[in-house]
Amino acid sequence: MQLNRINIKDISQIAKKIGILWVFFALSITIAILSPNFVKALNIITVFKQISMLGILAVGSTFVLISGGIDLSVGSIVALAGVCAAMFGGKDMNLPLFIPIIIAISVGGAIGFLNGVGVAYAKITPFIMTLGFMISVRGLALLLTNGKPIFGLNEGFMNISNAPLFRIGGVAVPNMILYFFIVVILMSIVLRFTVFGKWLYAVGGNEESARFSAINVKRVKLTVYTINGLLAGLCGVLMASRINSGDATVASNFALDAIAASVIGGVSLAGGVGTIWKTIFGALIIGVMQNGLQILGVSPFIQTIVQGLIIIIAVFFDSRTRSVQ
Amino acid sequence: MRRETLLRVYWVYIEEIIMKTVLHAEKIRKSFSGNEVLHNVDFTLMSGEIHALVGENGAGKSTLMKIFMGEYRPDSGIISINGKLENIQTPAQALSLGISMVHQELHYMPYLSIADYMYLGREPRNIFFLNRAKKIELTLEQLNNIGLEINPDNKMGQLTVSELQMIEIAKVISYGTKILILDEPTSSISETEVERLFEILKFLKSKGVSVIYISHRLEELNRIADTVTILRDGYRVITDKLSNLGRDKIINKMVGRKIEEIFPKRNMEFKDIFIEVKGLTKKDEFEDINISVKKGEVVGLAGLVGAGRTEVVTSIFGEKKVDKGHIYINGKQVKIDNAISAVKKRIAFVTEDRKLSGLNLIGSVKDNISSVILKETSQFGLLKLKEINKKVISMIEKLKIKINTDEQLVSSLSGGNQQKIVLSKWLLIQPDLFILDEPTRGIDVGAKIEVYKLIHELAVNGKAIILISSELPEIVSLCNRVYVLHEGKITGELTGNEITQEAIMNYASG
Repeated sequence: MQLNRINIKDISQIAKKIGILWVFFALSITIAILSPNFVKALNIITVFKQISMLGILAVGSTFVLISGGIDLSVGSIVALAGVCAAMFGGKDMNLPLFIPIIIAISVGGAIGFLNGVGVAYAKITPFIMTLGFMISVRGLALLLTNGKPIFGLNEGFMNISNAPLFRIGGVAVPNMILYFFIVVILMSIVLRFTVFGKWLYAVGGNEESARFSAINVKRVKLTVYTINGLLAGLCGVLMASRINSGDATVASNFALDAIAASVIGGVSLAGGVGTIWKTIFGALIIGVMQNGLQILGVSPFIQTIVQGLIIIIAVFFDSRTRSVQ
Repeated sequence: MRRETLLRVYWVYIEEIIMKTVLHAEKIRKSFSGNEVLHNVDFTLMSGEIHALVGENGAGKSTLMKIFMGEYRPDSGIISINGKLENIQTPAQALSLGISMVHQELHYMPYLSIADYMYLGREPRNIFFLNRAKKIELTLEQLNNIGLEINPDNKMGQLTVSELQMIEIAKVISYGTKILILDEPTSSISETEVERLFEILKFLKSKGVSVIYISHRLEELNRIADTVTILRDGYRVITDKLSNLGRDKIINKMVGRKIEEIFPKRNMEFKDIFIEVKGLTKKDEFEDINISVKKGEVVGLAGLVGAGRTEVVTSIFGEKKVDKGHIYINGKQVKIDNAISAVKKRIAFVTEDRKLSGLNLIGSVKDNISSVILKETSQFGLLKLKEINKKVISMIEKLKIKINTDEQLVSSLSGGNQQKIVLSKWLLIQPDLFILDEPTRGIDVGAKIEVYKLIHELAVNGKAIILISSELPEIVSLCNRVYVLHEGKITGELTGNEITQEAIMNYASG
């Protein structure tokens, strides 16, 4: 009996480390076999397009979750940032493109900053703080657009996300994917090679111990929510560019999707555990699964059912490994 | 059954009739992944005996107890209970055989009432309906048995550590336990509570209940135990009547080293005052605390549990606000607002509860050891990995921390090694003042010795040290000067030869 217990512990630890890769490959290969269209260049680009935004948000949510917090407001921040970008991206204004981009990111950062102030200084529990903002910020976006999407944007606006970076075999790879990779690479360097990254793990692992170790817990939390806000802001402008409008109703699922991707990627909801690359594979699994089920003509409702189940299974393995420790 | 086993069974049977052996274990072997942790260990427990089990962490005490409790199965060896050979496969079976254990760290459900907890799973019923009145009545009876006057409707979460322990003992007694295993029962309770515990144990003894008492506190054993068994590295080294063994001999057998090595001698000359605390006051916690520590001096803070020692040092470290008071470092008044500020002033604080506030249990050894010096060893926010590695390795070597790899999780280490990690992280910032709050709590004698040597070395190198310890021999042997606290006030200050256990206890009781 004792021997069996050790085996399960070993297996789930190894599974945790590389399991995600196996799941991803198993999934991809299965779908590829079932439908050869899957591996065509156009389809692969589509998958990456679909997870570009999810990926950026998942990176941010990984940071927040590792620090022991949670951010439910990212979807609303995306909408608000997109609306703000559209407000300054109109044909009539004809401002250089970097202005709406900077504004969107700044708005995102500002909301994130406020989240951070509430959590770190007012000691409001993150779930509640970001839930409140999720609702209010959405309201603010709707207020700014008066409920109607903003159209008539600058010609170049669409290019922010969609302009082809280069072509592979005749298929265009849009800018979005570049932004995605830049964010992923940059943020994974921050998480692994900076002092701030180590502080995130320390605060998430044991906040009290981190405080006694002279780590500025308040500032760490403030920073992480601000970063998440900035990333959501970036995502907002990418979204607005993609749909070529400022729409206050978009991205309502984004927060949960981002958290789901992180959790599938092994980030613990209790904090202190997780890496960027595994989260990206979590996002890829979601993307591949959505894409595969689409290609196979499966109802989008079934996609949603399966996605929920995957999250449950991933969290099950997470809690199992934690409690064994 | 083989002839040998038959003969053994007869012998144990005879033992049981004549000498009332309640538990007899013979030639117990146990290995984990090829590592043998118990080598042919014998253990005998008589009816009504209080049998102390002593040994360093890793000596095999908890493995042996887990075998008795049915959590592990021995690779070979026999166990007999009341003369009958038993194969203890599950904890439920152990319980039914009358064996139960009260752990060092008690798990309980804070929102249950005492009565609910006591009769969980066996609630008295009136046919179908729960008989609450009966449950309260039975609970009161159990509480009376052990002399605990407390309302059975109180919630478990409201109880002190000592009360929780008493309830746990009462609960297992109500199950009719005949063999009670206590794991470090006195590590978190006050002197008076220890007395109360010992009264209960004596009562149990009179009723024929046997106790296996695991403790690192050798002074207490003299007061309560009849016999002592010493384990070392998985071997049973000796079992003897306590009266035949003295403290020095016990330590010697546990560790294989002599007592002189345990408390190193120090010189007594000190020069400058490093830190001075004047008039520190916090309502309901401590009042008018005046403390000074010179460079190279080891100053002890003694007192009963709840006297306010931890509160005082936490305030000095800046993690507790005070109403009044000033702190002076090297003669200049300073303001210490939080841990960050304290560390800037070169103060280190090894907290009382390493699991709560000293370690990130899900972090690696490397991350924990480097956690305080991260900012120092960085450039533009980027970690200087090579330098961190070097520093971490130097600490692991210096304190002889036993690990497989520095990426290992801290939760997998023994108490002694965990404490060494906490000490390492502070040593790396090379502080001028070391505050140590119960630095040897829950660690084995071997590790304790290394902590004492470290304290000595720090003092010799001119560091100022404030030491809080509930183990009086530590205070007496290590400190140059001792402040004694009682209910938040300093009741006495002892220097040099004035420092004795009696003097401390005197002041500590008011």
